[in-house]
Amino acid sequence: MKPFAKPKSNGYNKQGFLKTFQKNLPLTIMALPALVVMFLFRYLPMSGLLLAFKRFSVPKGIFGSQWVAFKNFEFLFQTSDAWVITRNTILYNALFICMDLILAVAMAIGLNELLRKRRAKIYQTIFMAPYFLSWVVVSFMAFSLFSVDNGLFNHLLNYFGFSGVDWYSDPGKWPFILTFFQIWKTIGYSTVMYISTLTGISNDYYEAAVIDGATKWQQIRRITLPCLKPMMIVLTILAIGRIFYADFGLFFQLPRNSGPLYPVTQVVDTYVYRALKETGNVGMAAAASLYQSIVGFVLVVSANLVVRRIEPDSALF
Amino acid sequence: MEMLKTKMKQAKMIKDSYGEELSINRISKTTDVILNIIFLLWSLVCVLPLLLVVVVSFSSEQSIFQNGYSFFPSEWSLDAYQFFFKLGDQLIRSYGITIFVTVVGTLFSLAITAMFAYVLSRSDYAYNRLFTLLMLFTMLFNGGIVASYIVNTQMLGLGDSLGALIFPMSLNAFYVIVLRTFYKGIPLEIIEAARIDGAGEFKTFFSVILPLSKPGLATIGMFTTIAYWNDWFLGMLYIVDQKKYPVQTLLWSMQNSLEFMKQSSANALEYAEMAANAPTDSGRMALTVLVVLPILLAYPFFQKYFVKGLTVGGVKG
Repeated sequence: MKPFAKPKSNGYNKQGFLKTFQKNLPLTIMALPALVVMFLFRYLPMSGLLLAFKRFSVPKGIFGSQWVAFKNFEFLFQTSDAWVITRNTILYNALFICMDLILAVAMAIGLNELLRKRRAKIYQTIFMAPYFLSWVVVSFMAFSLFSVDNGLFNHLLNYFGFSGVDWYSDPGKWPFILTFFQIWKTIGYSTVMYISTLTGISNDYYEAAVIDGATKWQQIRRITLPCLKPMMIVLTILAIGRIFYADFGLFFQLPRNSGPLYPVTQVVDTYVYRALKETGNVGMAAAASLYQSIVGFVLVVSANLVVRRIEPDSALF
Repeated sequence: MEMLKTKMKQAKMIKDSYGEELSINRISKTTDVILNIIFLLWSLVCVLPLLLVVVVSFSSEQSIFQNGYSFFPSEWSLDAYQFFFKLGDQLIRSYGITIFVTVVGTLFSLAITAMFAYVLSRSDYAYNRLFTLLMLFTMLFNGGIVASYIVNTQMLGLGDSLGALIFPMSLNAFYVIVLRTFYKGIPLEIIEAARIDGAGEFKTFFSVILPLSKPGLATIGMFTTIAYWNDWFLGMLYIVDQKKYPVQTLLWSMQNSLEFMKQSSANALEYAEMAANAPTDSGRMALTVLVVLPILLAYPFFQKYFVKGLTVGGVKG
């Protein structure tokens, strides 16, 4: 439904630019604050991408700094860092997408089938709570479990006669820890998305299935899952579109900046931040950042093109 | 016949006790119990880490030294909280900054988002397409943090200022789309009626459109409030003077020690005395509790709007 049919009678197109501008002035003024913010904080920073091709010096600024062509990229891709951060970012996100899809759908179906709906609401509320905690807070929760000296886990291990684990310097454990906390924090949110689709499925399908003698399991496979399919596809593709952007908080806060863990916790976003703020290598940080922006752009656009074919309403453009 | 009667009686009893519509198509009691056990366990996984942090914050240092971070401390204590009350000028300052940024940021953000979304929803607005495209592009491509950091600190002079905590987060294209969809649902007749009554664009917006969009604004306002409250990243990136840290960034800076908290205390004498026996371990957890407390208290109230907001967000026009 299009409630706003374009009123042709106003004939903006026939009038001159000035007249159109004047006629639209009040609305333009209304949009102005947002446009200014958008220009200053979204478009102006794009000029900073030039830094990827420059050797930045503070007094000369972005435009005055010396051009070095692709030197920054050469440095970036000569190190093993480029490969490590690319691999980590994509593999972790791929894993998160799969886990989230399977677990959220399973949880949504399970909650939807519970005999007491009141309980389902309570569970849903509890599952969603971690979503509202910041990663800083979550990192302190994790610390209370993993701390080498005082952590709950090491004390339990000691209690049962095992020796404690040096959690914050043992890279082997972190793929699991990171995945667990990512799921822990976001699963409730994803589940709610699927539940909202589930409640929209007409009961008629299930009644017809029951009359035909379908078991619950068959109903889930033949009715529920097919009905959830569009939502599953759209959310997954949109997530794939953002596969090159890692959740900075997860990878930065949870490992508490522990050096030995970098091989398994360094992702593009944390690499860029550390190059900028800790090692002060602006050129390299800018190169990695531009690398992310371009790959990210290609992926988001492709993902949207795919979504538009399947479910036009869910595409961004 | 008798059996049927008892069955129906049972059914009525279940219906009464559950307060739900009884349908034939239900999962078995056993399945229900199993599902409930799984969900209960996951609920514990969601809640227990937070509970551990709370318990540790009320444990005495001696108890932590003996038992580590434990759900059952050998000795309870309010030392950690008393420590903050005595040396609390930094905490109060940080709280003040967070509250200021959250309130001003949310109001500013809501104002520019609502006005922009309304203008974009008007199909009779001449630059509608242009501005929509400009906004959508920011969702696909961005300068990344290096470019933003350099532009904001070098060109806009926002380094170490509250503006750096407010403006970069103030325009979220996704919320503009959600609100625009909402405004598109308002019949054109209402706007035209206001115009015939002699109301200008601004009067129409503020006295007719804005009151109609209260539910949408409430949902987006809630998301924005939480985003501002939970933000530690902007504080970490832009704030140089630690005295200006918002609470989340303050908490992050405490990952390693309470040193800074002690140093920045106004009372040097008291510092010397307290530094020796500051409750470091429980202190961190106490600060974590103080940071999440407002979110936790508000959570039961906003979580139902949150679910509604998610379903609104799914629709795009």
